[in-house]
Parts: sequence; C-alpha cells; structure tokens
Amino acid sequence: MSMITVKDMCLWYGDHQALHHINIEIPEKSITAFIGPSGCGKSTFLKTLNRMNDLIPGVKITGDIRYEGTDIFSREVDVNNLRKKIGMVFQKPNPFPMSIYDNIAYGPRTHGITNKVQLDEIVESALRGAAIWDEVKDRLKKNALGMSGGQQQRLCIARALAVQPKILLMDEPTSALDPISTSRIEELVMELKEKYTIVMVTHNMQQAVRVSDYTAFFLLGELVEFGKTDDSFSQPQDKRTEDYITGRFG
Amino acid sequence: MLNQALSNKRKSFELLMKGLMLLSVALTAALTLFLLVYVLLQGIPNITWELLSTKPSYLTESIGILPDILNTVYIVLATLLIVLPLGVGAAIYLTEYATNRKVVGMIEYAAETLSGIPSIIYGLVGMLLFSNHMGTCLMAGSLTLVIMNLPTIMRTTQESLKTVPQSYREGAFGLGAGKWRVVRTVVLPGCVDGVITGCILSVGRILGESAALLFTAGFAHAVNGMMDGLAAPGATLTVALYVYAKEQGEFGVAFAIAAILMVLTVLINFAAALVQKYFAKRRSL
Repeated sequence: MSMITVKDMCLWYGDHQALHHINIEIPEKSITAFIGPSGCGKSTFLKTLNRMNDLIPGVKITGDIRYEGTDIFSREVDVNNLRKKIGMVFQKPNPFPMSIYDNIAYGPRTHGITNKVQLDEIVESALRGAAIWDEVKDRLKKNALGMSGGQQQRLCIARALAVQPKILLMDEPTSALDPISTSRIEELVMELKEKYTIVMVTHNMQQAVRVSDYTAFFLLGELVEFGKTDDSFSQPQDKRTEDYITGRFG
Repeated sequence: MLNQALSNKRKSFELLMKGLMLLSVALTAALTLFLLVYVLLQGIPNITWELLSTKPSYLTESIGILPDILNTVYIVLATLLIVLPLGVGAAIYLTEYATNRKVVGMIEYAAETLSGIPSIIYGLVGMLLFSNHMGTCLMAGSLTLVIMNLPTIMRTTQESLKTVPQSYREGAFGLGAGKWRVVRTVVLPGCVDGVITGCILSVGRILGESAALLFTAGFAHAVNGMMDGLAAPGATLTVALYVYAKEQGEFGVAFAIAAILMVLTVLINFAAALVQKYFAKRRSL
C-alpha cells in the first residue's frame, strides 16, 4: 500500500521551475531513498511532502499530492496536523536550546498534552525508540546543545517520534556526522521502518544501497527512475541512472 | 632580502605614524577623563542626603532633588511599559509575519531615519500632539519619549530576532507547531538579550533627554505618587539640571545632578555589558 501518492507535480521558485511532472507512490513501512546530484530537486521534493516549502516565499506548486488518499493542499487540511503525521529530520541536527526533556516534550505539548505522567512516558518511549535513552536518561534536564552531533541527531529523531508520526522525512540526516554516528543512525533507521514509513534524501549512494528498499533517482528536477533499490542499482532502466550510479557524473 | 633592515626613510615614517596614533589615543582618553573627573569633583561634594531626600522650598530657601529623581523613575517606567509591547510587537510582526519585503524595508528605513532626528523635533511634535490635549505633564513627556525610543527598541529586537537560527523555526514547524507557538517558545526566548539591550539603551536615552521634555513635561518639583505624578507636570533630573544651571545659577546643584547622571550612565552601560555576557554564555552552551 502506498502512503503518499504524487501525480504530475510541478514546483516553481518564482520563475524557475525546480520540479517537473513528478509521479511517485511511496510504499508504506519501508525506506525510500532519494538520490541524485546536488541541485536536482530531491530535497525540494521531500520538503513538499509535509508542506515545509510553504515557509519559502514565491514557491508555486501544481499537481496532486495525497497522503492516505487526502489532498494535502486542500482547504480542509490543517498543515500543523499534516506535519504531525509527517515528521521531519533535518540535515543539520537542530535541537532547541532547551533541556533534552523539553526538546522531546515540545511536540506533544504543542498538540495539547500537559499531563506530567503522560509526558514522562512519551519522552522515555521516544528516546528509547531513537536508541538514545541509555545515554541520556541521567541528564534529561541538561541542555541538549551540550550533546555530540550524533547524539543531537538521534535526539531530533526522538523529538520527531514523540508526536507519533506515520511518516518520517529525513533530509540527508547523516551528512553532518562522523562515520560512527552515521552507522548508528543507519541502524536506527532500519529498525524504525518496522513502524514508520521513511523517506530519506541522501547524497551517499552506498547509504542508499545499505539502507533503502526503494530508490528514486532525481536529475535536473525530474524523477528519472523509481524502483526497488536492488533493481535500480543492479539493472538501471535509464541510461542516466546507470551513468550516475557508476560515477560518470555527479 | 629578509634580513635587510628597513630603509631609514621608511623607519622614520613608521615611527611618525605610530606617534600620531598614540597622540590621538592620548587626546581621546584625556578629554574623557578630564570630563569625568571634573564633573565628579564639582558634583560629589554637593551631594548631600538632604539634597537627595527633600524637595525645593522657597520658605527655607533650600533645594532638594527628590521630586526630580522620582519623576525620572516614573517617566522611565511609563515609557518602557508602553514602548516595549509596541516595539517588540512591531519587530516580531516585521520579521516573522510580514511577507511584503518592500513594505518591511520601507518601515525599517523610516525607523532608521526616525532614530537620527534631533530630539527637539520630537519635543515640538509631542507638544502639539500630546501636551495640547492632556496638558503639560509627565505622561505627555513619556508618550513623546515612546515615539522617540520606538525605533531603537524595534530595531534592536529585529536584529536579535534575525540571529535566532532558522533551523529552530524549521524544527518547530516540522513538529506541527503553529506560527504563534513557534514565535513564543522558540523565537522569543532567543531574542530576550536583544530586547534587554534595547531597554538599557532606551533608559540611557530617557535619562539623557532634555529637549523633548522641556516642551512636554514641564518643570515642576512636586513629590507625587506614580499615578498623580504622571498626570502632573514635572522635571526629570536632566531637565532639572538645565533649570538649576541656566535659570537659577545653582551650579553646585547642577553639578551634583550631573555627577549622579554620570554614575547612572556608567552603571547602565555596565549592566548592558553584563547582560550581553550572560546571554552569550547561555547561547554558547
């Protein structure tokens, strides 16, 4: 079953068309990787899925994007609810300058949970879910900015999990991290796909091969190829995909 | 090449330039020091407990600056109370909500210009706008100072809002927070230092203001409570300084006030530095 269905979607920044006629169905409880050279539109497309592009002035979008059958741009859709269902982890870890606890509790509090016992439970299960509970359980009241980069990124994943999303969008979540932190995040992501649908932008093709079930290859604002990762990398259908993954350009 | 000494001509030129710069530093420091020492020497001997704790009386022919101190406190409080919500609110709207960059640019430019206008013009406008309707009173003076300090508060808050990393906003929006929640929980805490710096700058400006108040707040020296005080005419310390020196020839009192104002200014600058240090430390954590 697909969580997100995109039909004939185009996006403009002012006069510049950044995405051309994208069609894709993102399958449930799996990891979909978006690959492609810098500036190919993969991050832009990712940010369209939870309407983060709304924050950028001058963006125009046409076409149809459905989350579980609902048009995400329809008037009835509350964008805050949409972002609650479709969480996001950013390229650079961006914990708030607050305690670890308050970081995790930020989302639930935003959506109206104030009960201390309930919040404690959510914080613990989110931190466990992001495999960071054991490292931070004794310093929940400490400022999150004192953690290492890798820990901060897992904290951000935990923060996203705390609002119980269905989908996690990850925008190059390991590009600012060292190799050890990167492999921990990769392991975590593979565990998370049992419960969540994950869409991950990566510029690292080995990472796409290691982690993802499906791969979408973007080039110059077009979705060139989309399929099972194993197929895309072993028998690419499109010459451009082959050229890219064999390192002829990029 | 490398171990060749500089030519004599270049050497003496270097020496000359160094000397000139030393001279300018010495002059600057000497002037500041002279002013400080002169005012303090003239002023401090005239500061007595009686001066600080009484009001002037024609019967006993004594001078006290208690009413002026109180008036200063009232006008500072009233002005900040009005200007803070206005300035901070405007800054938040302009940086976080407004989408028309052109209009924002125009308002910012107007604010910059406004903060460079001589204060006597504010006084003139304040007199026509406020004093003509509500009478000459501290409140009219305070409202005039509000207009005067609005750009300062707005600009410092805006600058500080711009230093809050965009990634914080994205993170909060990504969790489904609405605009106001993002502003209140993530953006505002990050700009408190800017607001406080703006406040301190404004207090300094209010303390030093005379021209705008001469027109609007009057010269009375009566001891009042805050509410009555704001409704009545009154002189602040700076205005009192002018009156005592220029109209009554009481230079001792004038210098006493000057010394007090100077010490206050030093304290305010010190507080500003302290606040900035505190927040820089908290931010770098």
